[in-house]
Amino acid sequence: METDTATERSKLAQAAASEHLTPDDRIALLRTMLLMRGVEARAMVLYRQGKVPGSFYDGFGQEAVSVGAAFAMAAEDRLCVLHRDLGAHLVRGVPVERVFAQYMGREGGVTRGRDGNVHFGDKDLGCVGMVSMLPDMMLVATGMAMAFKLRGERRCAITWFGDGSTSRGDFHEAMNWAGVQRLPVVFVLENNQFAYSTPIEQQFAVEPSKRAAAYGFPGVPVDGNDVEAMFEAVRVARERALAGGGPTLIEAKTMRMHGHAAHDDMRYVPKELLEQWRRRDPIDRQVARVRELGVDVEALRALVDEEVEAGVEAALAMPMPDPATAREGVFAEVAEPLGDGLAPWSGFGPDREDDR
Amino acid sequence: MSTMTYLQAISDGLREEMRADERVLLMGEDVGVFGGAFKVTDGFIEEFGADRVMDTPLAESAIVGTAVGAAVVGLRPVCEMQFADFVACGFDQLVNVAGKMHYRQGLAVPITVRLPTGGGFSGGPFHSQNPEAWFMHAPGLKVVAPSTAEDAKGLLIAAIRDPNPVVFCEHKHLYRRVKGDVPAGAYETPFGARVAREGDDLAVIAYGAMVHTALEATANLDGATVRVLDLRSLVPLDEEAILETVRRCSKVVVVDEANATCAAGAQVAALIAEKGFEDLDGPVVRVSTPDVPIAFSPPLEQALLPSVDRIKEACRELLAY
Repeated sequence: METDTATERSKLAQAAASEHLTPDDRIALLRTMLLMRGVEARAMVLYRQGKVPGSFYDGFGQEAVSVGAAFAMAAEDRLCVLHRDLGAHLVRGVPVERVFAQYMGREGGVTRGRDGNVHFGDKDLGCVGMVSMLPDMMLVATGMAMAFKLRGERRCAITWFGDGSTSRGDFHEAMNWAGVQRLPVVFVLENNQFAYSTPIEQQFAVEPSKRAAAYGFPGVPVDGNDVEAMFEAVRVARERALAGGGPTLIEAKTMRMHGHAAHDDMRYVPKELLEQWRRRDPIDRQVARVRELGVDVEALRALVDEEVEAGVEAALAMPMPDPATAREGVFAEVAEPLGDGLAPWSGFGPDREDDR
Repeated sequence: MSTMTYLQAISDGLREEMRADERVLLMGEDVGVFGGAFKVTDGFIEEFGADRVMDTPLAESAIVGTAVGAAVVGLRPVCEMQFADFVACGFDQLVNVAGKMHYRQGLAVPITVRLPTGGGFSGGPFHSQNPEAWFMHAPGLKVVAPSTAEDAKGLLIAAIRDPNPVVFCEHKHLYRRVKGDVPAGAYETPFGARVAREGDDLAVIAYGAMVHTALEATANLDGATVRVLDLRSLVPLDEEAILETVRRCSKVVVVDEANATCAAGAQVAALIAEKGFEDLDGPVVRVSTPDVPIAFSPPLEQALLPSVDRIKEACRELLAY
């Protein structure tokens, strides 16, 4: 960990981690991270008030991982999103009120009360929600990439999973399959140091990014608390995938700053470790950069707060699901594939940088 | 119309759908160059190419999981588990990812998972199982199990066209043993029961290979006329056909090749107890495999699987009730 945080931060602030980001992009990255943190902080209050049933999981301190990575994905790309990655949903265009409604189990939530917390994916925005058995979605993303390759499409799939996921067989099966078939998929390992209470020392003997070599593709360690570094790493991985170069494993090194879920006081995490990571907060880092651009960050925060509050109000006004519908929707009547999501990065504008 | 084995009819159904719909692809272990462990996809790679007849890594969770991914972006994957037993390794993807997807997110998962099921030829504990009930218990999955060549083709085509994950149980012991007339071209067999033989004195309800065992056991049963109901589909279960059979015969034997506890036949018996009780003239009798792994040695295996003699004995006892 850095010894001179102030110097380090100022150094980082001067240089964008990616030359592919315009000032507006850099502001958008900050805005989305602020929105994620604002929504999750507000949702925690709703949880304490008893308005969020079940438990509540957040990605406090990990905002850069999902926001930076999702920002590098095109509208026609597809995402399998983890529960610490609300930012990816916000990038793709899920409105804040639908997120709050989702947490509260209301009809207006993305899963209409059928599933809770960040277990959702808006099918119209190209996202598939996770299941609790991590890392199952690595295989789903691999299958999407397989379909893209079979059809000769220039598209990419991305999925996030945690350090605990590296111990399960589906991690191996997905990495191996994607490597064998050289598929256009980006695997983002969100190494937040703990799987519930289990530290990474008890999870793996070899750094996971090094394992990628055994599957025949690069493993790239990235500062997961730097949103621009995350963007750049995924942008490069996606370009590589579209060019037929196959998958990339990105190991985003970050820290879970809250407990596994709302009930967890994290007494197993050393205080000094948390303090070290607090000094590397991803939002503070991007605030410093955006201030250098002459942006009024406080005004930006105020706008985000307004959006959060409006979202809560709208969600609280939404009805709970009708119990008479509890049995509906188990089976599909028709099969419609996922739709496209938003892709706000300027590189996907009229003169696309990744143009085919 | 031509005469085909059960296995040829499955191949024929696959071929029809692959010719008609370029979204359909086959995925599995040794299905391509080798043509499948049972040769169901023999010659397919030559006609459709290696992309659509995909030899996959030896990884059942990955076969099902990647099929889900391909399905939600518009393909219609048909997965082959080399033996039904191996689906245990893909259980989580099928039950937790595929089965719950539409309820949770409104996202359809049109995949077909073919399971070569069943025993009778010394396959032993890992090549003989009938795991259909595992999936009957998991919401969001359809489960079908044809007994004839004609239904094997029609149910498979219907499974591929269904917007949901369908577990297709094809009984290995029927592959080359059962032949029948199979219509040419594509047709869908509905997911419901059929009467395999009419009769009034007693009914045997079965599916898959046990339909044939039941037909043989009751062909000449002391002059009694025995209806044999072939369920064909386990999810959805054709409640009306089952209850109509109870009303008609009043005495029912339910046969499973699967292990007895919580088997498909247990569900049929429970349904009859709940909704057909007033029409019964005797207890519902079950014939099934005891809750024992399927043994390898022929005398042990035969002691476990329901036989013609066991079904006959059960029918005679019930007729005498």
